[in-house]
Amino acid sequence: MSEFALIMLSAVLVNNFVLTKFLGICPFLGVSRKLETAVGMSLAVLFVMTLASTASWLVQQFILIPFDLMYLQTIFFILIIAVLVQFIEMLIHKSSPVLYQALGIFLPLITTNCAVLGVALLNVQQEQTFMTSALYGFGSALGFALVLLLFAGLRERIDKAPVPEAFKGSAVSLITAGLMSLAFMGFSGLVKV
Amino acid sequence: MSGLLDRFTTLLGKGAAKGAASSIELKAMIGSGGFSGGVHPKQMKITAGSPIVQSPLPPRLILPLKQHIGQICTPIVEVGERVLRGQKIAKSQGYVSAPVHAPTSGTVLAIEEHAVPHPSGMGRLCIIIEPDGKDEADESLPPITDYRAEDPGVIRERIRLSGIVGLGGAVFPTFIKMLRDHRHPVEMVILNGIECEPYLTCDHRLMLEHSAAIVRGLDIIMHAVEAQRGVIAIEDNKPDAIAAMQQALADIAFEHIEVRVLPTLYPQGSEKQLIQSVTGRQVPAGKLPLHIGVLCQNVGTTRAIHDAVCLGQPLTQRVVTVSGDAVPSPANISVRIGTPIPFVLAQCGLEDLSGVRLIHGGPMMGERLSRLNVPLVKSTNGLLAMRQEALYSENAVEEPCIRCGHCVTVCPVGLVPNELAWHCRNDQFDRGQEYDLFDCIECGCCSYVCPSHIPLVHYFRYAKGQVAKIEKERSFAELSKARSEARDNRLAHEQAERAARRSKVRKQQAGDAAGEEVSGAETSGDGKEDKA
Amino acid sequence: MNILFAVLLLGGLALLAGIVLAIASRVFHIEGDPMMERIDAVLPQTQCGQCGYPGCKPYATAVASGEVDVNKCVPGGERAMLAIADLMGVPPKEVEEEAAPPMLAYIREDECIGCTLCIKACPVDAIIGAPKQYHTVVESHCTGCTLCVEPCPVDCIDMLGKPEVLEEWTWSAPGKSRLVIEDSAEGETHVRAA
Repeated sequence: MSEFALIMLSAVLVNNFVLTKFLGICPFLGVSRKLETAVGMSLAVLFVMTLASTASWLVQQFILIPFDLMYLQTIFFILIIAVLVQFIEMLIHKSSPVLYQALGIFLPLITTNCAVLGVALLNVQQEQTFMTSALYGFGSALGFALVLLLFAGLRERIDKAPVPEAFKGSAVSLITAGLMSLAFMGFSGLVKV
Repeated sequence: MSGLLDRFTTLLGKGAAKGAASSIELKAMIGSGGFSGGVHPKQMKITAGSPIVQSPLPPRLILPLKQHIGQICTPIVEVGERVLRGQKIAKSQGYVSAPVHAPTSGTVLAIEEHAVPHPSGMGRLCIIIEPDGKDEADESLPPITDYRAEDPGVIRERIRLSGIVGLGGAVFPTFIKMLRDHRHPVEMVILNGIECEPYLTCDHRLMLEHSAAIVRGLDIIMHAVEAQRGVIAIEDNKPDAIAAMQQALADIAFEHIEVRVLPTLYPQGSEKQLIQSVTGRQVPAGKLPLHIGVLCQNVGTTRAIHDAVCLGQPLTQRVVTVSGDAVPSPANISVRIGTPIPFVLAQCGLEDLSGVRLIHGGPMMGERLSRLNVPLVKSTNGLLAMRQEALYSENAVEEPCIRCGHCVTVCPVGLVPNELAWHCRNDQFDRGQEYDLFDCIECGCCSYVCPSHIPLVHYFRYAKGQVAKIEKERSFAELSKARSEARDNRLAHEQAERAARRSKVRKQQAGDAAGEEVSGAETSGDGKEDKA
Repeated sequence: MNILFAVLLLGGLALLAGIVLAIASRVFHIEGDPMMERIDAVLPQTQCGQCGYPGCKPYATAVASGEVDVNKCVPGGERAMLAIADLMGVPPKEVEEEAAPPMLAYIREDECIGCTLCIKACPVDAIIGAPKQYHTVVESHCTGCTLCVEPCPVDCIDMLGKPEVLEEWTWSAPGKSRLVIEDSAEGETHVRAA
């Protein structure tokens, strides 16, 4: 049980995908302008990442390894992720057209979100079990959601704040992201193994 | 901590408002103020020792047709007509309204737009009367001496006909507050003798000089709403008023009324805050005091009710505190409603108004008048003429918020003024409403304590106005949309009908060979109709 | 042989995924255009046609399909533009034309010949009248779109500014301006922003 807790803690805080591994930066900067869209993106990523990590584990164990097709790993994983993303895209279009419009190009781009593929590949690399890989995928997505929401909240504030002209817009956002990253570095060494 | 407790009491109040015992316990926990927050501005009650003097009749009286919250009145007199004191000259239009009466006998000079005391400086329809100096009274309303023998409905009708509104400054028609609702019987009537605004002393002097009338007035209100308990709430900075009221109660031997002394704290005179101080219960957001069985009336209103019922005099004059550093001899004056403000100021020795800032009301909640030639109205409880800065500076340059949290500590409603102002400043009105913008009572505590001179209340007033404006535009847009859609439908319908008629004519003219083509045209017409 | 097997496997998996997606697209199929409705809701509904479309709904449809910019609604001004940009998820774009202050149409009734042309032009049915009778504008329904001015053969329709009334006054945002007291020509003392 403590192993599961450690995986979650590590995925969410210590080895946060965005701020310590620097994966998935593009949606992190792209859809963090408003809290509402960030919530939508977080949910979408949560869904895709969790399912992608489990599905890719299944594919890895029951297709790629038995048939010795390891060299097709990336293409298989991308196929799974793409299907999942297409599915969630339809779901969002149906349930929330405004969110669909707001996420815009970043929604299909989850396919190429390196964090999603990263989770799938890291699971294979680290030779996780089915449970741990699902948990790792879920935890990583939670970590992504956490920093995306924090960042969106900060950006909403900064958007209206009297920022010096030269720093307005992306500049101050990048500085904020950098400071957040520094803060998350502080979590390293949180758990002694 | 106390904020948390407040939330807790609010929750309790929502769940079980009847649990008086538990709320008293909680009140003991909250502390003496009853409500959290509040400030202690400098008292500046320089006129506390000046007896009320009667102002002479001005050369002309200007009576705005709306001196209350609600719909504007319509004049019922003609230009050139002679009117008597107390004669109704404008009648209520709609339910939430209060009629206007002539303050003295004289002739109607004009019914025209005139500047009124309002921060916008705009005008409004007014009846202008030239007094004839005889001050003859209209006796259409007979005095009701034995009011206890009358039906409460009769008393309330008298109050409505007398044009009485809340004289504390809110000017809400009093008879509406006194309506009986069987779901919410009034248990307690609170007489508001707090007068927490600095400078103002008119209620204080009224309690000293007209204590018997006020106590009787309270009894009238209690009879009209069939309440059993009466509380006269006075702050401990007015010991003479406390003694006078106690004496008056002893003289008349009213045992169902008690005097409650409260520690001095601004804004304790605000209705909801006072109720919390006296009963320990909070009036839930968006609800009326009536919903927790309490009715609150101001001292001046109570006296006006007494005069209307026992003397048969409609509301035609009120007591005003004229004060401020620009006034040579500050005073409490009993003035006819409609008297021009420069005339009132001249009574106190202030003739030259150049460079004077005129504040209508008290320094905390009053509004800066942009035009000086305006009449005194029912809501005027104070007139402050200032040369120096009053309590907080109006012209200080706004500096950035340093997040000291003083405004949060002093807010009597438990809001977060700094966050709220941030959203209002950035026109994020939805967010502002999430921060309970409309629960703000505009007491001015936050602006008063702000070390960065942020005009927080001004931001809240701005935001409230914008929200109302947006709402209005939205409902107009909806109306226009409905009208435009109705028009499109009608046009499509007409067109379809025309097409149908044409095809019928053609059908009659043409033989069977053309019949198929015609039916095609018919269906296309029908299709259009369906779509519309 | 091995390669053929890999291709078949991948192809089979892709086919399976395709079938799943096809079913999903059936299940999540949406009717109409919800974006258009939402955009239409933030437009001021003056039906003035200043955007180049014959009314608010056509403009909303055009914006939702992406064929026109979000900044074409003149009476809606910056607020409508920001709301639409927000809905569409596109960066805000400055409204080029400044909205005229709110106006109302007035018919000089003694000059009106009763031709009913303005009645036909009014998009919100705010003009009442009958042939050979004076027409008049229902003030509370007039959107100030000016569409009735053009068709009038005798030019008896004026667009006048909406009168400011006390009831509709609201506090302006606190600015840096200071107030100055001065005496005007009529001998009245005014306070104005400097």
